[in-house]
Amino acid sequence: MAVIPKFVGARIKRREDPRLIQGQGIYVDDVRLPGMLTAVILRSPHAHAKINSIDLTAARGAPGVVCVLAGEDLKDKIGTLPCVAPAERIPFHPSLALGKVRYVGEPVVVAVATDAYRAQDALDLVEVDYDPLDAVVDPEKAIADGAPVLHDEFGTNVALKMEVPSPAMDEAMRNADQVVRFKIINQRLAPIPMEPRGVVAQWNPGQRYLTVWSSTQIPHILRSRLAEMLKLGENHVRVIAPEVGGGFGCKLNVYGEEALTSYLSMLLGKPVKWIERRRENIAGTTHGRDQITYLEVPIKKDGTVLGIKGRFICDMGAYLQLLTPAIPGFSALMMTGCYKIPAMSFEQIMAFTNKIATDAYRGAGRPEACFIAERVMDVVAGELRLDPAEVRRRNFIPKNGFPATTAAGLVYDSGDYEQALDKALAMVDYKKIRAEQEAARKQGRYIGIGLASYVEICGIGPSAMLPPKFQGWESATVRVEPDSKVTVLTGVSPHGQGQETTFAQLVADALGIDIDDINVVHGDTAIVQYGVGTFGSRATALGGTALMMAVGKVQEKLKKIASTMMEAPPDQLVFNQRTIALASDLGKSIPLQQVVTAAYDFKQPIPGLEPGLDATSFFEPTGCTFPFGTHIAVVEVDPETGVVKFLRYVAVDDCGKIISPLLVEGQIHGGIAQGIAQALYEEVVYDENGQLITATLMDYAVPKADMLPLYELGSTVTPSPLNPLGVKGVGEAGTIGSTPCVVNAVLDALGPFGITQLDMPLRPEKIWRAIKAAKKSS
Amino acid sequence: MRLTLTVNDQQREDEVEPRMLLVHYLRDVAGLTGTHVGCETSLCGACTVLVDGSAVKSCTVLAVQADGARITTVEGLAQGDQLHPVQEGFWEEHGLQCGYCTPGMIMASVDLLSRNSNPSEAEIRHALEGNLCRCTGYQHIIKAVQYAANKMRAGKAAA
Repeated sequence: MAVIPKFVGARIKRREDPRLIQGQGIYVDDVRLPGMLTAVILRSPHAHAKINSIDLTAARGAPGVVCVLAGEDLKDKIGTLPCVAPAERIPFHPSLALGKVRYVGEPVVVAVATDAYRAQDALDLVEVDYDPLDAVVDPEKAIADGAPVLHDEFGTNVALKMEVPSPAMDEAMRNADQVVRFKIINQRLAPIPMEPRGVVAQWNPGQRYLTVWSSTQIPHILRSRLAEMLKLGENHVRVIAPEVGGGFGCKLNVYGEEALTSYLSMLLGKPVKWIERRRENIAGTTHGRDQITYLEVPIKKDGTVLGIKGRFICDMGAYLQLLTPAIPGFSALMMTGCYKIPAMSFEQIMAFTNKIATDAYRGAGRPEACFIAERVMDVVAGELRLDPAEVRRRNFIPKNGFPATTAAGLVYDSGDYEQALDKALAMVDYKKIRAEQEAARKQGRYIGIGLASYVEICGIGPSAMLPPKFQGWESATVRVEPDSKVTVLTGVSPHGQGQETTFAQLVADALGIDIDDINVVHGDTAIVQYGVGTFGSRATALGGTALMMAVGKVQEKLKKIASTMMEAPPDQLVFNQRTIALASDLGKSIPLQQVVTAAYDFKQPIPGLEPGLDATSFFEPTGCTFPFGTHIAVVEVDPETGVVKFLRYVAVDDCGKIISPLLVEGQIHGGIAQGIAQALYEEVVYDENGQLITATLMDYAVPKADMLPLYELGSTVTPSPLNPLGVKGVGEAGTIGSTPCVVNAVLDALGPFGITQLDMPLRPEKIWRAIKAAKKSS
Repeated sequence: MRLTLTVNDQQREDEVEPRMLLVHYLRDVAGLTGTHVGCETSLCGACTVLVDGSAVKSCTVLAVQADGARITTVEGLAQGDQLHPVQEGFWEEHGLQCGYCTPGMIMASVDLLSRNSNPSEAEIRHALEGNLCRCTGYQHIIKAVQYAANKMRAGKAAA
């Protein structure tokens, strides 16, 4: 028999891949049910308008059409779409617009027909009489006097105001040698998963049972919220996340289409499908970022940063979705970054505007925070003419400073920021590249080197930190079947992260079995115990720990049973090569199958033990984890065209212990791609009337293969003390570290022109114009 | 309109509306849901299939335009249990995460390697610029294609 290797830490091919590379994955649009109807949605062409009337007569008579509904038809049928995060003003959020439309893309009418072509034909016959109103898209204008008010019942566009002053901050201002002031814009981004959203709902009238397939990151939370919205018991709702083609945070939500499709199936007694088109996705699926920050930074002459004071104006969009007002909080809490900055204070104003809501998008508030910290370091370096690596070094929380409590009151679990910085500097050969930069400048070539030393908060966290109806724990069931194959039920909901592989690695090593003996099941609320989902870089840190807890219970039971069969105490037994053996002599063993059979057949009852091999655990973390690293970008800017070319991209990341190295690389690569995209390419643009200009992929610049560099990865390993795996999380780290280092690199390249500030995305035209303007004024 | 064509070596004859897109024909009439839809503006490439041996974005072709053609979708690549070298490459090199862009990415790669048996990194990036991936950052996809190119050249050399 072949020897079973150790899987944790090894380069493993994914278990998910065979079905996906052969086109056998079932995504929501691949779900086909007998008698299934298709729903298509008519969306608002106006950013802000009164709905005077809607004429559905012609649409209702169109061929193949079963039903056409507007907002009035849903009154009292579907509850408000939820926002669970605290805010001062949370508007009612209808699934189809009621009385008013408030953003381009807001759902207004739904047509259900035998297929999408027929449903669309029907929508072409719908007549909506709108009275356009003035729209407001600039959040600073939205909170100013005289702005058009989105929600009349509030009389203001301020959803929430948070002020956190600090006496330490006042003192820092007094002690400063100088105060640096500048403004940052984190532009609005669209997550653009390659699979848009989609829902299939099937109502079983006999059993009064609703089954919903949705391209979601949070099946259990979605089930809870849908049950609430539709006034059903949670025990009569099943949510299935089939293969999900990417999420990046925009599928960490509850959408009107999910409630609407479910309601339609209940109404019609037939399965109903709704699949989002890309235009709908860009206009009608939550966006990310969209914060304006004014910074005041007191510093000492030697580059020590004494504090960071931030005034944030945050664009919420027209409605608050699941976590919309909670995202900016992270931007303030984490803005002191890796540094021992003793003071921080902030004010945040969350504003309603005539756009789709913002919410979580890869990093969810932490990219903005890191951008602040890393621009501060470079601005300080520029002001004081110090090397940016040196400024960071002077300000780092030292290696022996952990656990570290920050000015915001967060406790960083573990870290060694200088080690990551040094490794990155060595990989890029910093001295050499600075010399090359010098030489290039003399030749009229503009090379720039940009650093970012990031830390981020993930594996969130102790449940008390999270809003009501949202949890920080995670769950797992481990079941050894009678044939000693293993089923794992995990509450996380992977959509590319690979836990079917990572979790199988962990269980295989724990039970001494082969990775192919394990089936990891996720994304079905009828099968899997209540769980929270996949987002926020939490799945392995939290879901993996719950898994190890459950595996531990199963190990204990197996050892107890084996102990009676081997006459050796349980604590001297280990799992090895599909046997349970004496730790001191692996040759003295019994086959695992024998122990499993004993547990099920129970021919010899064991006092104190029940039959079966099934254990469930819920892991409630005691703190958050803090992955970190240093990224360095080396770019060359062509002064004639403004085009930025990458010469090198180096990333040193520390996500704690690594279970699946290939998968960790993949997460970092993908994260970096999205972070570079924010720095250079992507921006959601609405015109002053709230018309969405970047409405298709022709205008919204998701990077293509030839727009990104090769990523050179290095790692350091500083285990987290907060979970037995030592894992910190890695899903978002790449995005967080990359945006600032690329912006820093471009500004470093433009230094000779005297350009010190430029807003993202750093498009060629923007750079070219800045160079032109600088040349003119010099 | 009557449509006659071959899909993955199977002859088909169907009655379709003139306005039906090829990608919808493949998914909904032929029942081959491996080919995916990711946009409406021919940008993303998730719908890429081979029509008479060349990569085509099936969202931008009417089904009736494919009358008389030989179509290969991702489901038609493997020979029984034997994966196509490009599929193998994607598996070996972790060239996919969520898998949604993957069928189109694989078909575009098959097309590239049929024209260029030893593409450089730059040539691969250029050839795949019509296929968006949001998960991988493209690096492992490039390695997957290089793996497949090496395997296919070695296979030819051995033959």
